[in-house]
Amino acid sequence: MAGATETDFLVLSGISKRYGGVRALENVDFACARGRIHAVLGENGAGKSTLIKVVAGVVQPDSGSIKLEGVPYQFRNPAEATAAGIVCVFQELSLIPDLTVADNISISAPPKRFGLIDSRAQRRRAEQLLAEVGCEDVNPLLRVHDLPLSRRQMVEIAKALGQRPKLLILDEATSALTSADVERVYALLARLKAANVAILYISHRMHEVDALADRASVFRNGRHIETFDKGARSTSEIVQLMIGRDISTQYPPKPERPRPAPALKIEKLGWENRLQSVSLDVGAGEIVGLGGLDGQGQKMLLLALFGVLRGLTGTITVNGRVVRPGSPSQAKASGVGIALVPEDRKTEGLMLPMSITDNLAIASLKNLLSGPFVDAGKEQRAVEAGIERLRIKVGNRTDAVTTLSGGNQQKVVIAKWLMTEPRIILLNDPTRGIDVGTKQELYRLMRELADQGAAILFYSTDYDELIGCCDRVGIMYDGRIVRELAGADLNETNIIASSLNIDSAGNAPARNEAAHA
Amino acid sequence: MHSDFAIRVRQNFGFLTAVVLFCVVYLLYHVSHPKGFSSAVLIQNSNEVFTLAMVAMAQTVPVLMAGLDLSVGALMTMVDCFASYLLSGAAGGTPLNIDVIGIRFSLGTLPGGIPGLLLGLVMCLGIGTLGGLVNGIVVVYGRIQPIIATLATGAIYIGIALHLRPQPGGKIDEDLNWALTNSLGDFASTVHIFHDGAASWFAPFAWIPTPFLLLAVIALIVWVPFKRSVAGRTVYAIGSAEGAAYMSGLAIDRAKLVAFTLGGFLAGCGGVFLAIQTSSGNADIPQAGAYTLNSIASVVIGGTSLLGGTGGAVGSIFGALILRVISFFFRVFDIAPLLQPLFEGIILLAAVSIGALRVLRVKNTLELFR
Repeated sequence: MAGATETDFLVLSGISKRYGGVRALENVDFACARGRIHAVLGENGAGKSTLIKVVAGVVQPDSGSIKLEGVPYQFRNPAEATAAGIVCVFQELSLIPDLTVADNISISAPPKRFGLIDSRAQRRRAEQLLAEVGCEDVNPLLRVHDLPLSRRQMVEIAKALGQRPKLLILDEATSALTSADVERVYALLARLKAANVAILYISHRMHEVDALADRASVFRNGRHIETFDKGARSTSEIVQLMIGRDISTQYPPKPERPRPAPALKIEKLGWENRLQSVSLDVGAGEIVGLGGLDGQGQKMLLLALFGVLRGLTGTITVNGRVVRPGSPSQAKASGVGIALVPEDRKTEGLMLPMSITDNLAIASLKNLLSGPFVDAGKEQRAVEAGIERLRIKVGNRTDAVTTLSGGNQQKVVIAKWLMTEPRIILLNDPTRGIDVGTKQELYRLMRELADQGAAILFYSTDYDELIGCCDRVGIMYDGRIVRELAGADLNETNIIASSLNIDSAGNAPARNEAAHA
Repeated sequence: MHSDFAIRVRQNFGFLTAVVLFCVVYLLYHVSHPKGFSSAVLIQNSNEVFTLAMVAMAQTVPVLMAGLDLSVGALMTMVDCFASYLLSGAAGGTPLNIDVIGIRFSLGTLPGGIPGLLLGLVMCLGIGTLGGLVNGIVVVYGRIQPIIATLATGAIYIGIALHLRPQPGGKIDEDLNWALTNSLGDFASTVHIFHDGAASWFAPFAWIPTPFLLLAVIALIVWVPFKRSVAGRTVYAIGSAEGAAYMSGLAIDRAKLVAFTLGGFLAGCGGVFLAIQTSSGNADIPQAGAYTLNSIASVVIGGTSLLGGTGGAVGSIFGALILRVISFFFRVFDIAPLLQPLFEGIILLAAVSIGALRVLRVKNTLELFR
């Protein structure tokens, strides 16, 4: 790492942070200077988000020190970091949806008159700041929830600007923006840089980093790998720096056979501006992966197939029949037979206070009826079969599902859906936050299910897993599938390059204007 | 369509619907009333609506934070019972003695005359405010959901009210009653201002019902500044997205305390007025419950979302007006009073359905459950 110099504004030394058993940051030294745009690069889970959370006071590091202009600081909450001049534009928006744009921009320190909020001054301030970010067209009277996502993000930037930052952190701040807005943000960043603001820029878009950053740092597995000045490294060298983790997991062998006929056929699927003409096949007995960086439309694709999204365009064909499920209940119905293991098992997967038995039986109650009533005997047998099939470690089946470990909870979610006897299984990052042993069991189970004829669509943020488990992988970027990888092409270099939407030689294609129109 | 006016109309759709609905039903009422458009009818109506309007304003504050206050009716009733002692206006003063399990505590004597009445008024409103503060403390420091915290405190307030007035009774100073429950002209002649209300410039205003003016003044000097204070802004933010409010560095606990305290003050205003209007105190449990439930209905009809974050107390006043006017109709048309709950229910359902139309626009149905 380049040694900390006097011009550095922020200096982190020896920062470590653990979440339970997971090391999010390990002994990180990092520095950035005023009047510079500093890019932070790394794949999913590399520690970028934790890094900025530490700097912004959202989480407290387990060890290490933070210095601003040579003075040591310990932030207990975001307000303290803001007071020290650190302002963060988070990926998850911090705007309050029912308040107006003007209210939100001045939320932490509104202008006052006679002790009350001066709404005229507040409005002038909002207009000024919106003009600074080039969003004069947003009326400050509008409520935030009435704005499209791209405008909300610009409001968020205006709000950050209003706090007069010395260090501005942008975490994927352009991910939801239209290309015109991206240009405005570029211009704004150039002005801030000239005004001697330090800027930390986290982005998954390599061409943005090329265009903007004076300096870049690569993170991998919670460690700071290297910091270099603009132009010192080629794009393909950067990709190599981002790869390189130890492979410790064993995967079941993939069968060698011709590609089966599609059980699930997706054609030109579109939704709002989050899914753009997605086409993909999944054959019976196949495991097809969805890759790419977080938030490129993978989750929305799974939700669309499961009947959660309204206003879809394009067609979904299941076993030769065009279907358009209008709700999860229709998606799981016998004619369609789709199951989704959702993203967040605590809110969407499980009913936490209910028992293990109740949770397991809840999706397949229709198969467990005697007349109008749930048959306790049938339920018992089905639940036992489910527990056995996934080898769930259960003490008492009537205990609340929260008494189980994370891995076993996830098994309950999967077993619950297998009890509906689905033909198409959608998995939304099912191995996140569970231990290695359970992961391997899940990999074996997936292959078993595929061998029994299920079609599996598997989204994972872990590239290693995609390579090990999947017959094919579709990489998503900006709501589109930009590349389908199979066989020998299915390797880490290709996945990362496609995820950043650059070819393996390191050239970034021009930004797709049409996609943002 | 993005003009300021259009935006304000769209954002206050629920409130404006309530205002229009009120104007329509009230006009209809006056047209069908034999003495319609007379000052006497206006005075009678505004007396009947004042207490519910206050309780509805009190209910609005917790609802904006996505909570419910089940104690507003009870708190109002408790203050009503206190007022039947403290506002009696006895010439020789009122001794303040409290009997608790047979032991008598003496707190001195409330003086007679105008100073005594003013002091009594301040004490009554102080008791209401204190009740609200207690609600807030239980919710904030007890970490208990408002609905269950106020169910308990409400029972306590009713208990105190019953202790004060096991039977309806007590009395209110007659001049005070006369001054506040009639027209401005009567008010002026009672308190001897504006040449006993005979000043020529005053004549055009003399017909205005005093409770109506009081209602407008309280809304203006209590609600409007609150809405524009940081605490008020925080209340809206809490109901909208408590996590984002916290991450924006807002003082959540303090705002909740202020909100419940304000609710207590407003409920106290309602209790004082009810005592003045009825010239007595009455620890009426069914009535307290009805006030609480009607306050929730008024809030919803007035355009405040039960999910929190949008709406306001002025809307709730109109909600209360609508509910009351509907009940006035039963007198004019001589319909069986037993049908009243049925019609109130239908009106409530219709008003709430308008607010639910938004659901049809949601594209990601998972968001409906968050």
